Amino acid sequence: MECGASVAVMAAEDDADGTDALRIATDARDRVRFEEEALALADQVYRVARHLANSREEAEDLVQETYARAFRSWRSFQPGTNLRAWMLRILTNLNIDRGRRSQRAPQMQALEANDYFLYDKLSDSGDGTTDEDRVVEKLSQDDVVSALSAVPHDFRDVLVLVDLGDFSYQDAAQILDIPIGTVMSRLHRGRRILKRELADSVAEGDS
Amino acid sequence: MTDIYDEGCAHCEEMMQPYLDHVLSDAEVQEAERHLQQCDKCRRRYRFEESLRRYVRLAVDEQMSPALKEKLSALRIPLD
Repeated sequence: MECGASVAVMAAEDDADGTDALRIATDARDRVRFEEEALALADQVYRVARHLANSREEAEDLVQETYARAFRSWRSFQPGTNLRAWMLRILTNLNIDRGRRSQRAPQMQALEANDYFLYDKLSDSGDGTTDEDRVVEKLSQDDVVSALSAVPHDFRDVLVLVDLGDFSYQDAAQILDIPIGTVMSRLHRGRRILKRELADSVAEGDS
Repeated sequence: MTDIYDEGCAHCEEMMQPYLDHVLSDAEVQEAERHLQQCDKCRRRYRFEESLRRYVRLAVDEQMSPALKEKLSALRIPLD
């Protein structure tokens, strides 16, 4: 009420030249446009959130918090820059604020020396299938979902942004506030970890 | 056509991730493709990697609920 009244007073005072009334109208229009553009990205924001967070519920909370904060601080977004990256920056910061980092990255085991081992393992599993699409289908959807969630957060963040969210290395670096070289090394390692997890799930399925 | 893993394969393998990320220089792309043309083993593994990336995206994709979408719209700040 008080806020609405003060806006009315301001508008009345400035009606003399109309400048402030115009400013308020322009401001409202810009804000509505911002909100609409942000909401149009909701599916993409959710998709990334779902795999940064540990559960569906956590992801939904995170997305809501992200939008609440984005709507409050819309003025700090610079029009013409990447809104999706700006939203994801808010989201990843909130995710860190929630103390998610208290989960320590587990001690890394030595990773397989090469990048080809998953294919070699899947295609060697005895049924003679070597067609690449067929080989990939030996992995179940559940295998993939649990393998991804087994990747430690620091690596998963980068993997999710670049491989699932289609962000460039540069965007991912800005969103996570880490150097681009770190994005590249974490991505490289994250993909290896994912493949190792997938290879493990195949081994378990065989036994 | 060879199925022997040699130095060329090792180098080609190093280039696989950046190749698929489209961050190699033109010269490096040519180098990788020259090797891929003559190496069945590497070609199959590159194709597997591409399939795997597609497959992972599809497998983990999960739509947001319509209820959440409504909640987000409700967070909009009302006009004065």
